[in-house]
Amino acid sequence: MSRIKKIFATDTYIIPLIAILLGFLVGAIVMLIGGYDPIAAYSALFKRVFGSPYDFGEAVREMTPLMFTGLAVAFAFRSGMFNIGADGQVMIGMTAASVIGIKLGGVLPSFVLVPLAVIAAGVCGGLWAGIAGYLKAKRGINEVITTIMLNWIALFLSNYIVRTFLLLQGQNRSEDNPASLSMTFLFSTFDNARLHWGTVLALAAATFFYIYLWKTKQGYEMRAVGLNPHAAEYAGMNVGRNVIKAMFISGVFAGLAGAGEVLGVFHYQSVFAASPGYGFDGIAVALLGLTHPLGVILAAILYGTLTYGSAGMSFGADVPPELIRIVIGSIIFFIAAQGIVRWVLKPFYFKRKKEKVL
Amino acid sequence: MEVLGQLLNTTLVFSTALIFAALGGIFSERSGVVNIGLEGLMMFGAFAAAVGGYYAQEAGMGEWAPWVGVLSAMAVGVIGSLIHAVASITFKADQTISGTVINFLAAGSTLYMVKLIFDGSGETPLIDGFSKVAIPGLSKIPVIGEGIFNSYPTTYLAIILVIVIYFVLFKTPFGLRLRAVGEHPSAADTLGVNVNKMRYIGVMLSGLLAGIGGATITLTTTGTFAHNTISGQGFIAIAAMIFGKWNPLGAFGAAVFFGLSQAIRNYVQLFEWSKSIPQEFIFMIPYVLTIIVLVSAVGRSSAPKALGEPYDPSKR
Repeated sequence: MSRIKKIFATDTYIIPLIAILLGFLVGAIVMLIGGYDPIAAYSALFKRVFGSPYDFGEAVREMTPLMFTGLAVAFAFRSGMFNIGADGQVMIGMTAASVIGIKLGGVLPSFVLVPLAVIAAGVCGGLWAGIAGYLKAKRGINEVITTIMLNWIALFLSNYIVRTFLLLQGQNRSEDNPASLSMTFLFSTFDNARLHWGTVLALAAATFFYIYLWKTKQGYEMRAVGLNPHAAEYAGMNVGRNVIKAMFISGVFAGLAGAGEVLGVFHYQSVFAASPGYGFDGIAVALLGLTHPLGVILAAILYGTLTYGSAGMSFGADVPPELIRIVIGSIIFFIAAQGIVRWVLKPFYFKRKKEKVL
Repeated sequence: MEVLGQLLNTTLVFSTALIFAALGGIFSERSGVVNIGLEGLMMFGAFAAAVGGYYAQEAGMGEWAPWVGVLSAMAVGVIGSLIHAVASITFKADQTISGTVINFLAAGSTLYMVKLIFDGSGETPLIDGFSKVAIPGLSKIPVIGEGIFNSYPTTYLAIILVIVIYFVLFKTPFGLRLRAVGEHPSAADTLGVNVNKMRYIGVMLSGLLAGIGGATITLTTTGTFAHNTISGQGFIAIAAMIFGKWNPLGAFGAAVFFGLSQAIRNYVQLFEWSKSIPQEFIFMIPYVLTIIVLVSAVGRSSAPKALGEPYDPSKR
């Protein structure tokens, strides 16, 4: 019992909670300024997500790629790198899963085909991110710039592959993919919401993230490199190798997000006009989750709930769904600028225990 | 020859917004504050220019209306950058995070406001932007005349600013202090430079310039503001800044390089032989070239030393 009390007494848990409340408050104020009713809007938001089994299932579907890309960005962060390229890695993962699924669909039985497509997506996403890691380790080229470039290259490369090798006649998308990650046995429970095994895979990825970074020697090295590359090098660690490895693992997470979307949700791949934006949402999720795997999962749940629910908000209370980005932005702002939250909390802390102020 | 002039002209049109935003990024990062929020600041600018320009046009300001757009973009850009400054300088937040916040708030609030102001429409009304101004005499020079001296006023402004900012950064006491704060804040503090004040100025200038950059896009290219008006230009500007090693001249070169490859992409499609190349490979040119150039020539990038570190006097 005292342990639970301790958890809630520490800043790590209180500050994100207060930040979330403040974020909603900012959203409410913005709505009031715009002449909307915040209470109606927020209740429409949550009603949309939790109102029907179908919508709840679809919200979970929406959270899944966010978990993966959030983990991807967070993992790179922990190793001292800013992976803006999760978006491109997702697309490469999608394309790998599409190529394997469609081209080998008639050849392999599905219990071989599906795992193969998933593994291909992860490995290709990892290798794609690995390019940026390699260039950083061997040439000292800033990973921010290479991952931005690789995002665009991935977009065009994926489109080229889909258009040239996988296109469905007369359509702007690939043929149907015979490999499927859908959880068909749950479809009746959730009114055919597109739930898929990717969600389970994402939770497994988060567990791997935690065990690898905090319970293994390799993970220790990776965190050391992330905290201070010079000290890590002095201690005899191979900084370059850790950088490449970290980017590879980060890319694997993002690639798996692509596999989940292609094999579990759409069952085909579109030709994209612009980048789908999974990677940028992943940055927000990673930051909301304080780059900790458990935090990332919780953040993806929050983020997915808010974005999926925002559509309901516009139907139910006529509020433009973009408002939700203001709420999310404010929450990240308050988490980042903890000084503000501490300042808000100060009077309460004074009452509870004097020594814990700041 | 005529084609070459047109190519140069299109290059500059595409580069102008990048030049402004990259220059803004330089001010912020030279002072030691990472600015991943350039994308959002450009969004604020593009939005403000569309709205400000629209109302000025409605008020009958005619040719001056776009300038009202630019001024609104500067103001809104500065206000937006203050969020970043307060969080990262005063409250010592992680600078990458507070920059990301700018991108989020900009994406959300600009569209929210567009829908509020224009009755639920996701796009601002189309306005007349800048028209090209031919410089008498110079515009008659072959190739260069058509290419450079028959451009939008914002393009001239961008080129002038590159030179001005180069001098400000490297030849004036203000520039020295700004750079000192980004390289070694505690030493600068010892010499009586107000670290936080310099950083606030750096970040606010980045908002101002990125705001103009965004305005350039609405006022010369699109004529309206919608959710996809900026779509990644801010991130390309960050790349141009790093590519140009945080130097105005280098960033200018990098921005023109990106503009050129975008222009080439548009022109190549006019030729018959390009039909045999898949268009995706033509689209890839700028991004692949950047990586190749980085690998072969530029090498290690040299960021300001204190970049990303909040200044804490007690650690001196």
